[in-house]
Amino acid sequence: MVAARGLTKTFKRKKEVVEAVKQVDLDVADGELVAFLGPNGAGKSTTLRMLTSLLTPTEGSAMVAGYDVVRDPAEVRARIGYIGQGNAGGYSYRVGDELMNQGRFYSVPADVARQRSAELLEALELSGMEKRTVLSLSGGQRRRLDVAMGLMNHPRLLFLDEPTTGLDPHARANLWEHIMRLRVENEMTMLLTTHYLDEADAMAERIVLIDHGTVIADATPTALKRDFADDVVTLGLVPGADTAAVVVEKARSVLPDDVSRVEDHVAPDGSVRLVLATNHGPDLVPPVLRSLEAVGVTVGSADVKQASLDDVFLNLTGRSLREEAA
Amino acid sequence: MTATTDTTTGTHAPTASPLPERTRAAKWVHDTSVVFIREILVTLRDPFTLIFSLLQPLVFLGLFGPLLDGMLGAGSIDGESALQWFLPGVLVMIAIFGTGMVGGNLLYELMTGAYERILATPLDRSSILVGRALKEFAPLVVQALLITAVAIPFGLSFYPAHVLVGLLILGVFGIGLGSLSYALGLASKNREWVFWGVQQSLIFPLLLLAGMMLPLEAGPEWMQAVSKFNPLTYIVDAERTLFSGTMWDSTVAWGVVAALATCAVGLWVGIWKVKRTI
Repeated sequence: MVAARGLTKTFKRKKEVVEAVKQVDLDVADGELVAFLGPNGAGKSTTLRMLTSLLTPTEGSAMVAGYDVVRDPAEVRARIGYIGQGNAGGYSYRVGDELMNQGRFYSVPADVARQRSAELLEALELSGMEKRTVLSLSGGQRRRLDVAMGLMNHPRLLFLDEPTTGLDPHARANLWEHIMRLRVENEMTMLLTTHYLDEADAMAERIVLIDHGTVIADATPTALKRDFADDVVTLGLVPGADTAAVVVEKARSVLPDDVSRVEDHVAPDGSVRLVLATNHGPDLVPPVLRSLEAVGVTVGSADVKQASLDDVFLNLTGRSLREEAA
Repeated sequence: MTATTDTTTGTHAPTASPLPERTRAAKWVHDTSVVFIREILVTLRDPFTLIFSLLQPLVFLGLFGPLLDGMLGAGSIDGESALQWFLPGVLVMIAIFGTGMVGGNLLYELMTGAYERILATPLDRSSILVGRALKEFAPLVVQALLITAVAIPFGLSFYPAHVLVGLLILGVFGIGLGSLSYALGLASKNREWVFWGVQQSLIFPLLLLAGMMLPLEAGPEWMQAVSKFNPLTYIVDAERTLFSGTMWDSTVAWGVVAALATCAVGLWVGIWKVKRTI
């Protein structure tokens, strides 16, 4: 569906040259759901706009839905759906009119457009709002209308730029439910951008981490967390008859080799906190507990903090995505 | 259709176009009409605004006409009634204000994202400009017929074919001006005041230097000289000639030339700007 090579975009702002996107390569196969994740200004939207033919790349090329975005932009546009960051519906226009307008823009026959419009309004819980102006809708309703408009041409490939930004958690969850259902119904390939970590983790089958205009990682959320961040297992050890030093020594002697890092902290009351870093925390805990018990070390508490995408970003860039996105 | 093979995945055969098969010209007409429909629907859905906008030139004519009559004393210019001279000027003025607003109406859509969505559709870029300009122009046709009809009892001689040609010239000119206004709107993205500032400071000198409201013949020589460089002068002169019942005249021909030139320059600048702005 998408094959981009060396995609680069530079802007000139007051004599200063800004490299928004640098040498991005990307392949998206039929049916994939790919999320661009990165902080604001990382180049996510610029990349998306180049792939949708809205911006001309400074360098590089991209084939989208079978056509070159620079040579045949009209062919690309006819085959894709695009839901931008802003609201697609003109504020003083009526909901029903805008859906039909969108159909006309894609030369969808009037009867087909009418039917699609009704189906989409129903599917996105907007039935009965045809005669309302876009301005009179709530933020969540407007965003759902954007989705409806992006689907009026029944695209096989849908681009979504920050689809849920600015919505409250309930509206976000609700919008995702709709998008995911429509994706299955219309057999769509989807490419979206987001700066919400939880969203990317939960929704995307593949994440392209982007920072300062470059792709820094591209894999499934699971693989990213396995390869670029550790789960942290914290065990509270009860000293009993042994001194803290003995407990630590016994414990360290039975730990498996695939624990990448071990730290021990001895509290003034003699209790010991053992911190283990590993890439498979939940699987590690039961055997470690058994081994510790076998050597006479009592475990009072166990906690597993699984790696997050933020840890991945932090390890790759030295900065936290959470802070930047806030 | 030949399949384009991509070196990495090899699965990028172009699919049949989801758009119907048609000539470029047919697609352009379709695209322009659908843009026009989108815009005109808003006007039609709001009858109050529609009625007021239609009455506006009548009010203008009713209030300004008598003043002009009084000022000119005898109530005639070049042997014709002041009305005959003034009415075409009012029409040109409505056309300018209407099509000059195209960019202003766009500003809001630039902020919200509606413009970006339209750009992402397969619409022809020039259709996006022309469709909008035509929407601003459409009410003018109705307004023109209305004020002409009202003016007839007050001594206006009505030449239907000439008026029709006059409206066509105005239409072509309006598309050009509308596109320029559109380009100005795009250039003012995120700085709306720039649009209004530039638009306002251009429109009045243009109007006055075209002898639209007051005859330039009464003005100083430098004004008459400057007016020769104002395309609007030729449009206004052509309209006056047409409304007084003369068709085959060099003044009309110059009006046509000025309209076509404005249209060509406007579209060129407009399309160039559309392609560069997002």
